[in-house]
Parts: sequence; C-alpha cells; structure tokens
Amino acid sequence: MPQTTPNSSENSVPIPLPSQDSMLQRERVRSAWLFLLPMLIVLAGVAGWPLLKTIWFGFTDARLDNLSGANFIGFQNYLEWVDYGEGDGEYFGLLADSEWWYAFRNTIYFSVVSVTMETILGTIVALVLNSSFKGRGFIRAAVLVPWAIPTIVSAKMWAWMMNDQFGILNDIGMTIGLLSEPIAWTASPDTAMLAVLIVDVWKTTPFMALLILAGLQMVPADIYEVAKLDGVNPIKVFFRVTLPLIKQALAVAVIFRALDALRVFDLIYVLTPGNSQTRTMSVIAQENLFQFDKFAYGSAASTLLFLVIAGITILYIKLAKLDFEGGK
Amino acid sequence: MRKLSRTLAAAAALMTLASPVLAAKLSIVMGSVGRDTEVLRQNLDIFEQRTGHEVAITTMPASTTDQFGQYRLWLAAGNQDVDVYSADVIWAPQLANHLVDLSKAAADVAKDHFPSIIESQTVNGRLVAIPWFTDAPALYYRKDLLDKYGASVPTTWNELSTTAKMVQDKERAAGNNDFHGFVFQGNAYEGLTCDALEWVKSHGGGQIVEPDGSISINNPNAARALEAAASWVGTIAPKGVLAYQEEEARGVWQTGNAAFMRNWPYAYGLGNGDDSAVKGKFGVAPLPSGGSGSAATLGGWNLAVSKYSQNQDAAIALVKFLTSAEIQKVNALETTKLPTIISLYEDSDIARVAPIIPQWKEVFLNAVPRPSAPTKRSYNEVSKEFWTAVHNTLSGNGSARSNLAKLEGRLKRLRGSDWK
Repeated sequence: MPQTTPNSSENSVPIPLPSQDSMLQRERVRSAWLFLLPMLIVLAGVAGWPLLKTIWFGFTDARLDNLSGANFIGFQNYLEWVDYGEGDGEYFGLLADSEWWYAFRNTIYFSVVSVTMETILGTIVALVLNSSFKGRGFIRAAVLVPWAIPTIVSAKMWAWMMNDQFGILNDIGMTIGLLSEPIAWTASPDTAMLAVLIVDVWKTTPFMALLILAGLQMVPADIYEVAKLDGVNPIKVFFRVTLPLIKQALAVAVIFRALDALRVFDLIYVLTPGNSQTRTMSVIAQENLFQFDKFAYGSAASTLLFLVIAGITILYIKLAKLDFEGGK
Repeated sequence: MRKLSRTLAAAAALMTLASPVLAAKLSIVMGSVGRDTEVLRQNLDIFEQRTGHEVAITTMPASTTDQFGQYRLWLAAGNQDVDVYSADVIWAPQLANHLVDLSKAAADVAKDHFPSIIESQTVNGRLVAIPWFTDAPALYYRKDLLDKYGASVPTTWNELSTTAKMVQDKERAAGNNDFHGFVFQGNAYEGLTCDALEWVKSHGGGQIVEPDGSISINNPNAARALEAAASWVGTIAPKGVLAYQEEEARGVWQTGNAAFMRNWPYAYGLGNGDDSAVKGKFGVAPLPSGGSGSAATLGGWNLAVSKYSQNQDAAIALVKFLTSAEIQKVNALETTKLPTIISLYEDSDIARVAPIIPQWKEVFLNAVPRPSAPTKRSYNEVSKEFWTAVHNTLSGNGSARSNLAKLEGRLKRLRGSDWK
C-alpha cells in the first residue's frame, strides 16, 4: 500500500494556495458560527419550532384536546366564505371578525400612546439622571424599582389603588377636591384604557430611561462645554446636540418597547380582565387558545399577531433608517 | 451472619406486604374564595390522619374563568402534578376526556346526592366528578335598615330598585357617603353570565340558548331585563360594580356599605363572622322577580380525579372523603356551603347554625342551569359573547336591543349548522 499523505498529494497537484488573509477570514467566520451554534440550536428549539408549530396549527382544525389529530384546512381560520345558497352567504374567520379588528385598533392605540409617553418621560428622567448631583447612584437604582416589580404584582397593586371603594387614588382625588365622586377606573369604559396606560407608563418608563441614559453617556462631555462657553441655551443644546447624538439609542429603545407593547397581555389580564375596551390581539389569541375550544383559531390569531409585529418593526426600521448591519 | 441478613431481608419483605397502601403525596387545586382554603385544610388534616396520605392545596384565582383556562392547559399537557380538580358545574362536558370515570367508585354513594347534579356531571355514561357542594344565589338584605325605614323585602326588581334608592338616599343624608343600594357581580366574566341569566329569565326572556339548542336571547323581555339592570349602575349600584366579582361585592356589603347584595350562600357564614360589620343584621330571600317569577342560576362545585394522576386510588379516596356526608356537614356549618346530599337538609345542627340551608333547598331545586349542556364544547365562548353584550349594555356602550341583536348574530355564527 503506497504511503500517500494528503500533504504530498496536495503538493503534487499544482493549485494556487489561498492567500494568508482570506484563510484567516474564513477561519474567523467558521469559529464565529461555531460559537453561535449552541445559541442557534437553543433558539431553534424554544423559539423557531414553537413558532412553526403555531403557524401550522393556524392552518388546521386542531383542538387542545386533540392536537395530534389536526387536519389541514387551508385558510379557513383566516377567511372563509360560507355559502348559504341562493347568492346568500357570509364571511367567517379572523379577517372577517369585527372583534379581531377592534382588538387590532386597541393594540395599536395602546402601543402608540404608551410608547410615546414612555419615550418622552424616559428621556426627561434620563437627562436628570445624567446630570451629576449628590446621591445620584442611589436615585439611579431607586428609579428602577417599578421595572423590577413583576407585572402581575404591579397590576394587582394598581388595581387596588384604583379600586372605586377602597382605592387610594380616589381617596386622594376626593380629599384635595380634584374629583367630585369616586371614579371606577378599571370598570368604566371611558377610563379602562386610561388605567392600563397609566400602569404601563409607570412600569416601563424606568426601562426607557435606562436605555436612553446609556445613550447619553456616550455623548462626549466636551461638546457641552463648548456649547456652554458659546452661551447656547440648554433647550437648543438638547435639540441640536443631544438629540441627534442619542438618536440611535433612542430608536433602539423605542423598538424594544414597541415590540413589548404590541403583544401586551399580562397587565390587561390582571387589571381589566374581560373588558372589551382593553381587549388586545394577545388577549384574543389567549382566549381562543385556552378558554374556548378553538385552538386552531387562536393559533391563527397568534400568527397574525406575529405578522403584524414583524411588519410594524420592519416598517419602523426602514422609516427610522436604523442601521443594524454595523456598517458606516 | 449470613442467616441474620436473610432474616432481616425476610422481615423487610413482610413489612412491605403488611402495609397495604403506601402513603401517597396528593395535590388538589381549587379557587380561593372566603375561608374556603382554610376549611379545606382542616378537612384534609383529618384525611391525612386517617389514611397517612399527604395532601397539598394549590390555590387558584377566585375567577372561575381564570381557573378554567389554566386547568384546560394542564390537562391537555397531561400534567401529573395535580391529582384532584375542583370543577365548576358547567365544566363537565368540556373536560370529561381528561377525567377518571368515577361511576364505579361512587356506586355506593351516588344515590345519596341530588340526581340532577349527578346527571350534570355524567358525560356519555361516565361520572366525571362527584358533587362537593351546590350553589344558588340569594338576595341579601339589611334587616336593620329595612326596619329602620319601614320598608319590606322586595319581591320584584322594581321594588328592589325603589327600596334601594330610598335607603341609599336616607343613609347618605345621614352622613354615610359611601353607602350603596345594591351590589352584584358586574365584571365581564362567568359571574356576569350568572347574574344576567337571572335578570333575563325572571323577566320571561328565556335562558340564552334553550335546551333544544335554539338561540332565544334576542327578545323584548331580555332587552327589558338588561335595560333595568343598566339603570341601576351609577344610581343604586356604584359605577365600579362593572369590575366587581363575588369578593368585591362582598367587600362592600360586609363593611356595611350596601342595602342589598346578590351573592352565593357562602357569603352568609362570612357575613355572620365576628369581623363582619353586618353580623346579625341581615337576612336572605329569593332573588326578585321581573314579572315571570324569581330565577336563580344553578352553580356548584364538584371534585374530579385527573386521568394523569399517578395515585388514582388515593385520589379517588380523597374525593370520596371530601364529598362524604361527614365533610359536607362540616362545610355547611363552617362556610354555609349547600350540601349535595339530600338527607343533610333535614339535619338539625345545620338548621340551627345555617338556617339558610334548609330554606334554600327549594330555591336550588328550581334553579335555572346555564346553557352548558346544549352548547356543548362552545359553552365558554357562548358565555363570553353573552357577558360581553351585557357588560356593554351596563356600561352604556350601545342599547340593550342593539347589543342583543348583535349577540344573536354572533351566536348564530358560532353555532353554524349545529352546536358541537
């Protein structure tokens, strides 16, 4: 048996050797993938697979009791024309469900208002925390408390504070003469959404403040010193200097919050359960998946929710001209 | 030496054989209302002493809607951590596939319970849960205030409305600004379906979906009933009633801030507790009539054994123990739970401590069931559509007539060619 090593055979065939540079590059890419692999496998298992399953169930007649016996039924969960004969008929499915569209509107309204409020308040809080004062470290930590409380707990806590009979909000409002009679915050259709917004803003403003603060700390201090020397007024400094420099951080923070806000569920489930004024897309999905005998319909709602969120996010990235490739 | 070890091994083998049932660790889930978990714990202590098994309670939110969602998820996933479920009377058809058939185990006791309840828990010939206690709501009224202002116990909703208004006005004039005429369950959940079914039925508006499966809810009597109820919100009932479940209503009532309350019998025992502001000051009566007699929605809870339990025999023993006459009597005395065992309504101890119970036998025997049987697996969605229409009407979001017309349309869509 002839002793031929790979090396010797390689030597015998005259192919050009790859350059040192691209070999290193390739090596790097390979090890990068190697390092990413565990995470990708885990992600595929806990995010990718369930997502694909959910999308699949949306095209079937699956029931929670009988998931394995699900049959493919096409787009019927989304839209289906049921013919009653003689030209009479009706559309069924999510896209023809007025409640779905009502929930869609609620979700968008909630997201736009809450994220806007949180961004504005978060920026103000971040600006305050960025200036140096005594006890700043303590305040920075203290501000995070609402964010650290689990949503279920803060929702229940606020539900009690907003209680029409025993709640402290009504008590304070009545004592200082702001309210003429107690308001049923979570019950009345006029205030249910407002109540949810108040709690959400209270809870997530610290998160926004933290992300924006991180952006603020990247702004070099000497720019401010120059502005100060030139006697530019602080408001102009904010809009002309600070804002453009933290734009990127702000945009990322907004995306994080928007993703969260669009799939809001836990807060509403605890604070205003069953109230149609605050029914969001996630609530519809949960109801159909677990309360009603319509697992497939709920899966379709989840899929649609996923598409809506993906669509809005892509649109936002395009509009805000965010650069996630790390180029420039 | 060798002989000794052999003897020891034999002794060990004998000991294993000698204890017929190994002690099992069981788990029971239930919603937490009032003192229920406390009393259940006392019951379980007796069980543990007698059998050597250990039982842990997992408490759930009070809302039956929330409980159902969680249980359905657990059962569909074949959860082995829960052995015994407390199940609402309306759940049997929806959960039957996951529950153990108890007909053999309960063969000796089934005849002691009211046949209608046993029947409601029998699905395709399988008894999926044994009755634990039954429920039919009452109108709680403040005896002291009615006497003070010379009013009698209302027998119609109109009378209730006028009396409640009168008492409320006079109490507020006397300085009690937090006083309300009437509290009930107005939150958008299963409890509102119960309350509203009573209003509709007592006005002659049918029972949403009739036993034959036909959708009857869109009729003038039902609209009249909902309009009457909507007129209470913000006048005799606080606006916040639209977020009240049983416990919130009891909170207002038991602090002495309401003249009337619609609630289940459990509130009777609690209202007479030492920490209650209304202790000894109230009475109970059947719910008022809307022109077609009084109507009470049938409630009640049953105990079921999960098919996925690893200790089914011990779990069945636990269910039989908790539903026995002995424990039902304790519960009747401690928490005024209506027994499901017929003979307990003749019990003299119960009649003395909880007079509401013998008084309630007729009410619950004539109680109106929610349409869980005819609507089958769609019941939860039917109920949600109904309570949404009612909640919208109560909160002034559309008239009763238009909301009921919409409801009828949605229910027809849901039914399709037939309920399944």
